[in-house]
Amino acid sequence: MEAVTKLDVDAVRADFPILRRRIGDRQIAYLDSAATSQKPVQVVEAMRRFTEHSNANISRSVHTLGAEATEAYEGARARVAAFIGAPSADEVVFTKNSTEAINLLAYAFQNATLDPHADPRFRLAPGDEIVVTEMEHHANLIPWQQLALRTGATLKWIGITDHGRLDLEAIPEVITERTKIVSFTHVANLLGTVNPTSQITARAREVGALVGLDASQSVPHLPVNVAGLGVDFIAFTGHKMLGPTGIGVLWAKADLLDAMPPFLTGGSMIKTVTMEKTTFADAPAKFEAGTPPIAEAVGLAAAVDYLDGLGMENVRAHEKELAGYMLEKLETVDGLTIIGPRVPIGRSATVSFTFEGVHPHDVGQVLDSEAIAVRVGHHCAKPTCDRFGVNATTRASAYVYNTHEEIDRLVEALGKVRKVFG
Amino acid sequence: MNLDELYQEVILDHYKRPRGAGLREPYEGESHQVNPTCGDEITLRVHVDGDKVADVSYENVGCSISKASASVMYELVNGSTVDDALARLAEFTALMNSKGQAEGDEETLEDAVAFAGVSKYPMRVKCALLGWMAFKDALVRAEASIPGRTDA
Ligand SMILES: Cc1ncc(COP(=O)(O)O)c(C=O)c1O
Repeated sequence: MEAVTKLDVDAVRADFPILRRRIGDRQIAYLDSAATSQKPVQVVEAMRRFTEHSNANISRSVHTLGAEATEAYEGARARVAAFIGAPSADEVVFTKNSTEAINLLAYAFQNATLDPHADPRFRLAPGDEIVVTEMEHHANLIPWQQLALRTGATLKWIGITDHGRLDLEAIPEVITERTKIVSFTHVANLLGTVNPTSQITARAREVGALVGLDASQSVPHLPVNVAGLGVDFIAFTGHKMLGPTGIGVLWAKADLLDAMPPFLTGGSMIKTVTMEKTTFADAPAKFEAGTPPIAEAVGLAAAVDYLDGLGMENVRAHEKELAGYMLEKLETVDGLTIIGPRVPIGRSATVSFTFEGVHPHDVGQVLDSEAIAVRVGHHCAKPTCDRFGVNATTRASAYVYNTHEEIDRLVEALGKVRKVFG
Repeated sequence: MNLDELYQEVILDHYKRPRGAGLREPYEGESHQVNPTCGDEITLRVHVDGDKVADVSYENVGCSISKASASVMYELVNGSTVDDALARLAEFTALMNSKGQAEGDEETLEDAVAFAGVSKYPMRVKCALLGWMAFKDALVRAEASIPGRTDA
């Protein structure tokens, strides 16, 4: 369906001073938002205002600044909760990034496994299964792989078809009565695949497994509503959604947060402490040991305001349009092979490709000489690379501020790559 | 940015026609190096005979800079004395760390001076050094495996 209103891309671009930057004598074409997005002035300004006006530690002081800082931090939590449709702000745990959010979850399983009184949903034993997919970012693979190694559980995964989709037919075989947790990526960072969630969540429910979603590449780009998704956990990261680095989110259902042992321990996460023992604060404080990223939370809330102002349906429609254009144009480049779905259906505006006879490092270098920023390498998804028999890819990824003209520049510059290495 | 400065003719030539490529016997030391940021890899073998580097053989996947660098290195160290090879290694490493400030001595580094431009691109210095790191490591292993030279 056509979105009712559309993104005014020129107006959006005016909010991102970095997009006016010149590399050499050309204006930058930033096509690397899947790695990190740029930040609008509204985000930078919100953080500056907080730092100059209200900076203090939170929940520790009765003075005015302390109260303002606490309000700003908790207000950011409520803002993020509303953005993802969480029933309560207490279900939003701030972390450093997605990686930490996923580790927090994996360590809840590990710590529960060491504690005979812990909630059985989090306790693992040899023979229990952990399920991921072959298209995970390392951040949603290694924590589970290591957890399996430490607990004797078995790591299993759903494979990828030649078209870059999850092999959904394998679900009944991979997710079984022994499965305790299924953690999979919503949108794949290398392939650009948008994974359908319902078949996986339905099967997980059937066998009584918990479900986590790595939403690092979806929350920035699509409307995400946790209630509608029917999953138990999602993780995402501020810097990919117009916000600052240093802040991420783990959302989990309240009763699960209650049942989960803490990950990091220390200040701010306790009820009472003696030399012998500690009782923990309720979630989310239980998972936020130490001074949290306060200004970053303020910045993330501003980013969420900005995205809401654009409308996530409009963001999705804009990117769908760019994805289609990018795929169509790249297909015309001689010697270029797209790794991932080749049609703009169930697909993000992140497109990986190889270029016959030219290494991605060299592609990226020539593109940089044309002021075009793409990412090259394995994109922290080595198993995905292996699945497609490549060592590395070049990846162009678009966001709210990208234009058709920038994609034209990319395609034209690929012609230059051919000239240098032909 | 000046692409020609980075992708000198010499570099492109070595990239397209790598010298000494392929893994050969005999060898005393072997090293496998990867560049974890881009997935480039090299397996390199060193055959030491007396005080000479009698053969350097390698197999690699990677970008033009890493492949050309391995090829240039082969030409420089193959058949030289171990001491000379180590001197070239030190010289080339210094050139790569010069941030565009050094030109390199063509007398000793020969084709490798073409990499002077690479030193301005911090993201590519690792590519240029990958083969040399493998050589250094393989040489240490080779020397360790030769009786009487375990001090290496
Ligand atoms: C799908 C996916 N998961 C996890 C991450 C990790 O995010 P971060 O590095 O912010 O923890 C990324 C981004 O790098 C990603 O694309």
